[in-house]
Amino acid sequence: MVDGLALYARLVGAQVRSQLQYRVSFALDLTGMFLISFLDFVAVLILFENVPTLDGWTLHEVAFLYASTCISFALVDLVIGHLDLFPRMIREGTFDLVLVRPRGTLLQVIASDFALRRLGKALQGALVFAFALSGIDVDWNPGRVAMVGVMLVAGALIFAAVWIAGATIAFWTVDGGEFTNAFTYGGNFLTQYPISIYGEWLRRFLAFVVPMAFVCYFPALYVLDRPDPLGFPRAFQFASPLVALAAAVVAGFVWSFAVRRYRSVGS
Amino acid sequence: MRPSALRLDWEIARRGFGRYAAYPAATFAGIWTNTIFGFLQAYILLALYESRTDIGGYDPTDAVTYVWFAQAMLATVYVFGWFEVALRIRSGDVAADLARPLDPLRYWLAFDLGRALYHFVFRGIPPFVVGMLAFDLRLPEDPATWLWVAVSLVLAVVVSFGYRFLYNLAAFWLLDYRGIGIIAITAALLFSGFIVPLPFFPDWLEAVARVLPFAAMVQIPVDVFLEQAVGAEIAAALLLQALWAAILLGLARLALGSAIRRVVIQGG
Repeated sequence: MVDGLALYARLVGAQVRSQLQYRVSFALDLTGMFLISFLDFVAVLILFENVPTLDGWTLHEVAFLYASTCISFALVDLVIGHLDLFPRMIREGTFDLVLVRPRGTLLQVIASDFALRRLGKALQGALVFAFALSGIDVDWNPGRVAMVGVMLVAGALIFAAVWIAGATIAFWTVDGGEFTNAFTYGGNFLTQYPISIYGEWLRRFLAFVVPMAFVCYFPALYVLDRPDPLGFPRAFQFASPLVALAAAVVAGFVWSFAVRRYRSVGS
Repeated sequence: MRPSALRLDWEIARRGFGRYAAYPAATFAGIWTNTIFGFLQAYILLALYESRTDIGGYDPTDAVTYVWFAQAMLATVYVFGWFEVALRIRSGDVAADLARPLDPLRYWLAFDLGRALYHFVFRGIPPFVVGMLAFDLRLPEDPATWLWVAVSLVLAVVVSFGYRFLYNLAAFWLLDYRGIGIIAITAALLFSGFIVPLPFFPDWLEAVARVLPFAAMVQIPVDVFLEQAVGAEIAAALLLQALWAAILLGLARLALGSAIRRVVIQGG
């Protein structure tokens, strides 16, 4: 495990160095990523020009949700975002190379690309986070401060799990890669807003099936000390780490199962 | 226009259609994505109407219809990233394209119109139908509106094509066109009204948006569909789209000419 991490660090280090070689390109790329991800917050700002609160949430409170999911997502995107290209790896047969090497398939696929420009999204998330903190009225205590950290990590893990499990669809269909986008990018998008605005069927889905509601909504209810209008048990507000762990385990199984089956079919 | 030239356009458009029809799985995945985002955006805009009944002249039904129409049209108008030409420039394949006795701009436009038809039918109609089943949408009352919407959509595709072609041509000059491309796409997404309808924008920002070509890609067709533009306003809107189409294609023509001269001079 440690030596897997050491290998990962070396592979990633090489890519980072090479990306930083082209300074202007990198700066433009980073700016582009920053701007396009900031668009989502521009949308939030524009919406709030029209109303003072969204389902009872103020601009700064929504910004808190937005920033949290953005940072979680951006960090995951940085590490495994290239899974979007996994269908191409399968199509072109380069995944077979991965199978042949004496290392875990997931580690190799993950280490194959580390696009530093994706930090652009994390940067704008951090800025929005600062903005949110400036305007929310929180009764800070050690528990709440810790919860912020927990939110970011658990959120990231949930996104990672969904991404990895979703990537396995490449083993079954030729071009179905975009199918997963609805869950990954869609998941990031919908968690920018309080899930109480979504229809009943969708809220249940997000709480019990693909647990996006645990990325930031439930923990945020605790941090912001808001009552949950949907009547979910208060325990949900502390359940993110457990949910994240469960999601990771499920994703791990789905991946192993998919790889084993792919191998045995002998393509 | 010689008949043989038009016939060529038609054949190219057919291939544009076929190129995208060849990947049904991608189409299904696209329909799926548009549908999901349609639901999300609809709920988000509806949440605004808790405290108001009218925003920028839109009532809740208008807003939800806007969302589904915009999502349905997304693939048709292709406001998202399109780098086919830039990739060919990067790989050098463009040299072969330039050697052919075809005008590249006209070729790609015909190809794109074929693509747009495919996307309209196969990625446009399905999500909109889902939206109609799940929400209460406003359909045009006046039968003539449907005709104007069709015209407006064709013009929107041409405007979008002109813009996409332009940021693709950046690849002739820049080593990494992708950064510029992303910035170009960001501007288009915001000011086309795709992210949030332009009438929801604060007045000053809406004024900026109306001066730019992007509104012609999404906002104008939807306004025609929602019958927000009526009578002479429709004619004015369509004319504006046609004007932007002409400007962008003109700029593309100039840029292409400049790029070709440069490529030839360098002996490439």
